[in-house]
Amino acid sequence: MAQERLVQLLTPEGERVEDPEYSIEISTEELKALYRDLVMVRRFDVEATALQRQGELGLWAQSLGQEAAQVGSGRALEQGDYAFPTYREHGVAWCKGVDPVQLLGMFRGVNHGGWDPNENGFQLYTIVIGAQTLHATGYAMGLMRDKSDRAVIAYFGDGASSQGDVNEAFVFASVFQAPVVFFCQNNQWAISQPIEGQTRVPLYRRASGFGFPGIRVDGNDVLAVLAVTREALAKVRRGEGPTFIEAFTYRMGAHTTSDDPSRYRLASDLEVWKLKDPIERVKVHLARTGQADSVFFAEVNAQAEEMAATLRAKIIGMPDPDPDEMFAHVYAEPHAPLAREREEFKNYLASFVDQP
Amino acid sequence: MITLAKAINAGLRKSLEKDSHVLLMGEDIGKLGGVFRVTEGLQADFGTERVVDTPLAESGILGTAIGLALRGYRPVCEIQFDGFVYPAFDQITSQLSKMHARALGKVNLPIVVRIPYGGGIGAVEHHSESNEAYFAHTAGLRIVTCSNPEDAYWMIQQAIDSDDPVIFFEPKRRYWDKADINMEAPSLDLHSAKVLQEGTDLTLITYGPSVRTCLEARRVAETEGKSLEVIDLRSLSPLDLEPVFASIEKTGHGVIVHEAPTFLGMGAELSAQITQECFYSLEAPILRVGGYNVPYPPARIEDHYLPDVDRILDAVDRSFEF
Repeated sequence: MAQERLVQLLTPEGERVEDPEYSIEISTEELKALYRDLVMVRRFDVEATALQRQGELGLWAQSLGQEAAQVGSGRALEQGDYAFPTYREHGVAWCKGVDPVQLLGMFRGVNHGGWDPNENGFQLYTIVIGAQTLHATGYAMGLMRDKSDRAVIAYFGDGASSQGDVNEAFVFASVFQAPVVFFCQNNQWAISQPIEGQTRVPLYRRASGFGFPGIRVDGNDVLAVLAVTREALAKVRRGEGPTFIEAFTYRMGAHTTSDDPSRYRLASDLEVWKLKDPIERVKVHLARTGQADSVFFAEVNAQAEEMAATLRAKIIGMPDPDPDEMFAHVYAEPHAPLAREREEFKNYLASFVDQP
Repeated sequence: MITLAKAINAGLRKSLEKDSHVLLMGEDIGKLGGVFRVTEGLQADFGTERVVDTPLAESGILGTAIGLALRGYRPVCEIQFDGFVYPAFDQITSQLSKMHARALGKVNLPIVVRIPYGGGIGAVEHHSESNEAYFAHTAGLRIVTCSNPEDAYWMIQQAIDSDDPVIFFEPKRRYWDKADINMEAPSLDLHSAKVLQEGTDLTLITYGPSVRTCLEARRVAETEGKSLEVIDLRSLSPLDLEPVFASIEKTGHGVIVHEAPTFLGMGAELSAQITQECFYSLEAPILRVGGYNVPYPPARIEDHYLPDVDRILDAVDRSFEF
């Protein structure tokens, strides 16, 4: 098989390179901001993992290694654009301005999401694999009806590419020319199933069968991801229909904190990918070109530590909901049998209170 | 006089006229007007943006409807036949039903899913099923079913007005039933049960396509000197059981009739709740007449599977003999 095309603008060694199709003009300030995002998102993920290990979260789905794919695409979004995440897009949530504390509620087990998707244009996490790609497509169909110039981005993984919903989303988006970018983070693993167990062709090539372009980008290169996603979003805004982006990356951590990758993959693979780390290459580039110095890097680290400490305090202090809350938002409109059940539950709980 | 199918069509038209955010989506609902012609003429009048012929993918229909609802639209999805809804099962039971709760009430999903259901039309398999219990078992959904043209006309509009997702079951073998209807104002809200015919000896509790069968059984029973009360539940979730309890307290006998298999069907829940509320009024156990616990049978023998007047009256006799 011929070498697959891979859009890259910053090599793992931190060298800026040219791509025949994609380019990016980026100021020092913008690059430093991207670096800051990457560090913050990784620190957040590390802290959440630690909180799970200490029993403060029930589960955590690590984004380790996928920071560039998420920050690059997240920063390509404009105000009013809408993102439909899986349950691992912590970096996109960061870019969209979702309070990191809110992301952890469902992993702690105090709610199933709870943030207002419309506040930041960031839909609730979706756990059933691929279901959100259809929601994204429908939302994009709504944008068309509203004659809006906003765009939608649908996140999913390599495993999800096998799901019916994802393929149906491709069909609907293509037929209706909906303004949606399908952003696939191919992190090589769907829990223990490697990419070879999902597809015989590179994922981005599937797009042409659905009638829209597909492109593979170095998912660990924040500049390339930013450039490719910006272009795809610009295209959907021009009414040219969907684009499929395959961000070629690697799940450096486990699937979740309940997973044990040592049972199914080689530690040496991880070592190879560590050399392609998404953060290190930006740091090297900033330092080597003299755009940032150790003072800047120390300042970013300090900021990340502060965020982590604040997060930790807020999570540890996060109260359990009142048990009665489970009845609170099942329906938008009154529902008599549920109201009765809720009342019975309250009375049952009250029966345990000691009488004076 | 208007048929039940035409009454739904008229109700959909009203909703499309009233609110520009209402849109219809489904397979073959545009030029064809749907396989049962329920949406006939609507695409011609409201355009392809509001009456949308979708690709042939039920999960796709429901999933994109959810996205449209998040954007502020009120999609009304047509599933062509009962047995074709299962590809959309995840989108309905895991996504649609739960999203309002998952967002702690911050988003509403005012989506209606229209499903023609039930047998008796001599169809091939997957075209005659009664799968309401699957959906009634799912919190977050509202499940209703009409039995006559007037209810069809008003209930579809009320379902579309609801801020919660509503599964709207249409009794397909009653699509061609005709009646004069009051188009001035609805007589009931969406989730009220209705006593259709009063009686003193036994209560028939039913819904959807079985309502007409029960009314026929009542007429036959009358000639034998028995007075049956017939209640059309109309709403399967939430259930409105006050009229049912009041009736059972009067008659002491109850028979539940539906086409779905009785095992873990709506009748099982109804029977449990009636027993709990009316225990001391019951003269006999609540009996159920419904489909057997088999895959829906081939059309040539479906009459043996579907509750008919004789099977209903057989259960009535057994109740009195208890």
